[in-house]
Amino acid sequence: MPVEIDIEHVARLARLALTGEEKERLSRQLPDILSHAAKVGEVAAEDVPPTAYAVPRSNVFRADEPDECLPHDAAMAGAPEVEDHRFRVPRIVEME
Amino acid sequence: MGDPREPCDLPAHEIAARLASGEGSAGQVVESSLARIEAVDGRVRSFLAVTAEQARQRAAEVDRRRVAGETLSAVAGIPLALKDVLATRGIPTTCGSQILRGYVPPYDCTAWARLQAAGSVLVGKTNCDEFAMGSSTENSSFHPTHNPWDLDAVPGGSSGGSAAAVASGQAVWALGTDTGGSVRQPAALCGVVGMKPTYGLVSRYGLIAFASSLDHVGTFTRTVRDAATLLSAIGGHDPRDATSLPGPPPDLAATLEEGVRGLRIGVLEEGFGEGVEPGVRDRIGEAVDRLAALGAEIGEATLPHAGYTLSAYYLIAPAEASSNLARYDGVRYGHRADDPRDVVDMMTRTRGEGFGDEVKRRIMIGTYALSAGYYDAYYGQAQKVRTLIIRDYEEAFGSFDLLLSPTSPTTAFRLGERTDDPMAMYLSDVFTIPANLAGVPAISVPCGVDERGLPVGLQLTGKVLDEATVLRAAHAFEQDLGWTTRPPLLEAAAG
Repeated sequence: MPVEIDIEHVARLARLALTGEEKERLSRQLPDILSHAAKVGEVAAEDVPPTAYAVPRSNVFRADEPDECLPHDAAMAGAPEVEDHRFRVPRIVEME
Repeated sequence: MGDPREPCDLPAHEIAARLASGEGSAGQVVESSLARIEAVDGRVRSFLAVTAEQARQRAAEVDRRRVAGETLSAVAGIPLALKDVLATRGIPTTCGSQILRGYVPPYDCTAWARLQAAGSVLVGKTNCDEFAMGSSTENSSFHPTHNPWDLDAVPGGSSGGSAAAVASGQAVWALGTDTGGSVRQPAALCGVVGMKPTYGLVSRYGLIAFASSLDHVGTFTRTVRDAATLLSAIGGHDPRDATSLPGPPPDLAATLEEGVRGLRIGVLEEGFGEGVEPGVRDRIGEAVDRLAALGAEIGEATLPHAGYTLSAYYLIAPAEASSNLARYDGVRYGHRADDPRDVVDMMTRTRGEGFGDEVKRRIMIGTYALSAGYYDAYYGQAQKVRTLIIRDYEEAFGSFDLLLSPTSPTTAFRLGERTDDPMAMYLSDVFTIPANLAGVPAISVPCGVDERGLPVGLQLTGKVLDEATVLRAAHAFEQDLGWTTRPPLLEAAAG
């Protein structure tokens, strides 16, 4: 099964800047890998349920008890840019 | 000629016995480990960071407690290395990636927190494929690691730095992570014991996520007994990981000496197929004979859907990775691109600059497989294959206690040999991936060398939460084989 991939579109979804050379290489490699991966379609019949976790657990809660939490400064310490104890990023919403 | 082994060459249980009897100190042991790093790591390049000063302080603390008459834990004073995807508070943790260059976590992963509390001595953080994606450690964005058995060969991966460190005595034991074989395959290629427990036995808290449903913390040791000890020390329920299984830490060493008599071992026919090197096939065949001679009942087994596991893995793992790695956006930690035009430009260029080829490849595969219109055909189908492989194991474990195969189809390959061929690289995990999909425990134990003198690993796989049987069979095999060959690098150093 030949796989067609719009590299630009997928890269945009993934928020990934790619160079021309990277795009060229991925357009060659991804169809190969994905056509191998598409073999999964050969055996997975309608009546086979999917498994997300091999050793499943559900509704896992821990006791609702106050505990020490990460101090604010420690949480911010690795940030590329900080302003007023908050993460600083380029403007997202345009103002008047 | 006397024993050429330094304290750092001994198994952990012998060091622990020496510390308990007062025959040696934790200070001497850590110095021996640090001296070995100094002597060989320029060539092996296991470490991304060596924590010599902290290690000395921690060893001194252990010695103070020892001299004061305290009973030490089984891990106290033993030099440990941690793969650099495991978060260590105050110690840089990079995942082998430029996007986390210089990142210093504000918290410890649970596995290290438990070991630290028990007196473990961390000597450094080890190299790995970027975000644990790879089978040779060549995808590290810092430098490759070399196999102590042949410096022109890869150590395997993705936990290649941990495997090479333990094989060369730079650490006595180490932790790695295993998402598709990343503990067992490098253990096999470096001639050490590598153990991946049942999914959920060891907390993933602080294991920087690659593929959450497949990621496991695993151990590198020089003996099976040490694997049982180290796993017992890090295992058990952790409220900080919702996928952690209930129950106290296991005591896996308790049944180690019970032997293999009467155990039913199924030899996987897939393990002798195309692509398996003759040297590997021969050693595995001999291992089967040895286990039979020790009293195991040997039969033929199969996982009928094994041929589909690589396909399923290369959808599930990239899909989960593309989602997990969305957090590297230049906002809260790690690299940020200069002079962004707007926030999308910032995120897009940050990721383009910070991630290497393999990580980009997998993010692209995963994003595609999860995108509208393709989800059912790829990710949905892959999760059904996962159900089928779990059923295959259940069927096989109806007749057998353990399943046996090679860990890897080949011994260590040359550096650079597979870097341009992703599919060839992916094939080195063909025997290890099924256990990640099914969450079952599996060990790689050395079973000799091939005609080039490179180590071969024997893989034994058990039922969910039956680590005890896996370890007891591996221990019986290891004791009977009595393999004591050391990497040529160390023999040369000893003169």
